[in-house]
Amino acid sequence: MTSTSPAIEAVGLVKRYGDKEALGGVDLSVPAGTVTAVLGPNGAGKTTAVRILSTLSLASAGTARVAGFDVAEHPTEVRRRIGLAAQDATVDPLLTGHENLTMIGELHQMPRRSAKERATELLEQFSLTDAGSRVVSGYSGGMRRRLDLAATLVARPEVLFLDEPTTGLDPRARNELWVVLDSLVGSGTTILLTTQYLEEADRLSDDIVVVDHGHVIARGDARSLKRQVGGDNIGVTVADVATLDDVCAVLARVTGADPVVDRVARTVTAPTTAGVAGLADVANALAASGQQVEDLSLRQPTLDEVFLTLTGSPVDEPDAAQEVVR
Amino acid sequence: MTAPTAPTPSAESTAPTTVPGAPELHPSKGLLHDLWVVARRGLIHMKRQPEQLSDATIQPVMFVVMFAYVFGGAIDVPGGGNYREFLMGGIMAQTLVFTAFGVALSIANDRKNQAVDRFRSLPIARGAVLGGHAVANVIKAILPITIMSITGYVIGWRIRGDLVHTLGAYALMLAFAFGMIWVGVLLGSLVSTPEGVNGIAFVALFPLTFVASTFVPVSSMPGPLKVVAQWNPVTTLADGLRELFGNPNTPVQPGDPWSIAHPVAYTWLWVVGLVVVCAPLAVRAYQRSIAS
Repeated sequence: MTSTSPAIEAVGLVKRYGDKEALGGVDLSVPAGTVTAVLGPNGAGKTTAVRILSTLSLASAGTARVAGFDVAEHPTEVRRRIGLAAQDATVDPLLTGHENLTMIGELHQMPRRSAKERATELLEQFSLTDAGSRVVSGYSGGMRRRLDLAATLVARPEVLFLDEPTTGLDPRARNELWVVLDSLVGSGTTILLTTQYLEEADRLSDDIVVVDHGHVIARGDARSLKRQVGGDNIGVTVADVATLDDVCAVLARVTGADPVVDRVARTVTAPTTAGVAGLADVANALAASGQQVEDLSLRQPTLDEVFLTLTGSPVDEPDAAQEVVR
Repeated sequence: MTAPTAPTPSAESTAPTTVPGAPELHPSKGLLHDLWVVARRGLIHMKRQPEQLSDATIQPVMFVVMFAYVFGGAIDVPGGGNYREFLMGGIMAQTLVFTAFGVALSIANDRKNQAVDRFRSLPIARGAVLGGHAVANVIKAILPITIMSITGYVIGWRIRGDLVHTLGAYALMLAFAFGMIWVGVLLGSLVSTPEGVNGIAFVALFPLTFVASTFVPVSSMPGPLKVVAQWNPVTTLADGLRELFGNPNTPVQPGDPWSIAHPVAYTWLWVVGLVVVCAPLAVRAYQRSIAS
């Protein structure tokens, strides 16, 4: 791969299932060695895009090249160069961790002995050495995901596809997986990951592509996206609900925005573009006014807020039918 | 092959590129290699799920004991001879029909566990996954054939034919199992869940093995049922095995159809038919079931 041509390039990808359009003309370009996150709610078309790019599914229209090869014309050449971690871990539940990785190595046409060595190496890298000789059906969700990720790396792929790598994991397992993904990001592999969490996209990727209903509705790095949606939110939780209005006034004065008051949760929230400095300003102003505050935080906008700003409507409830169609 | 990486001046020119960030690209080892890797996985599954093997192990032994000792006393072989020896050909035939069930189950499970997607994202030779299932299941079929032979010996069944006929019997059994694999692939591809496979197997495969000379002579059955049984390949497989092993068998009556007069040839025709007609249909159904 020359570094000048993108590792993943899609032009006008369309996918129709009957009269339902899962993708409505998606363009993507991921430079080699970078990480792009495809951000969107359930049913947005994320998985469909990944399936087309990883040769599992044929596009109804449009073209895509991955690692220098057209996915429709040279699927085998593409498969030799990619790793795919599908949304649900697809490791074999009746095989041990080591057997799973060895089999995948052999199906990548590695000699059996090198496949076994590679399996041992990866199990160690993913802290699964002890579990490696056990059958996968006894693994926890987090272990299964780690093994799935290890499976994608067996043949040292040029391009990695990770479809919602942390969905369904508890916070601890998610954090562990993020640490693993961080190390991958640093290794020069091109990665396309899908996620429903802006936080995850922000943490792991260079670029973010926001999709909704099969269309790209925004793209850019996390910073520029957050600028588009009005930056972070400062949240204040008060101890006494009677002081809410006073706190609201302070927040309005400092941020210059119109804060949102939630009386039940005893919180006041206001957007800020000043980041931590804005938080410090609010803290100082609250201290000066002598308000008792229980919690003061700066947080990133949620996917909901991003969508509210970009599309004017909140995220659709996960549609069961769209979930099934992949 | 366009190799994007520059050739490294390595002593081992066959060694894969190990430059960091460069993929390990290995030339394809061909269909047989990939097929065997997938088949080995099927054999590991068999080892780890002994309960799923019960229809090939415990169940036939149970049937042997039940029919040989519970019902056997009430059943007469028309041509005379020991019912227990008559029974073995039937039980072996029934067990081989259930080969289809095992295949269908593993195909449905693959789809449920999304193993299908995993395989399709790998650079595997075309047909290796299905071929791997077929090979694993032929090997799997050897187990019940062996168990049946031993169980039969214990209850007094003997091979009375010569070596050529005996080999012919075992060859027919393996060939029939191979044919049934494609029935299983078709079933597993058309039915979407492992539970559905269970249901279909019970309503379709089970009666198929009973409306036959499996346990009782066909001559005892009423009109229409008798006709079905006479043309049922399970009947001719059972009768064919009895003939080849030299066991007691229902004598051919004048007016019996060709299938009853020539059970071995008729069963071989079925095997050929299954492979020529059913296998391509099964492959197409399978490919449709995994495509998206």
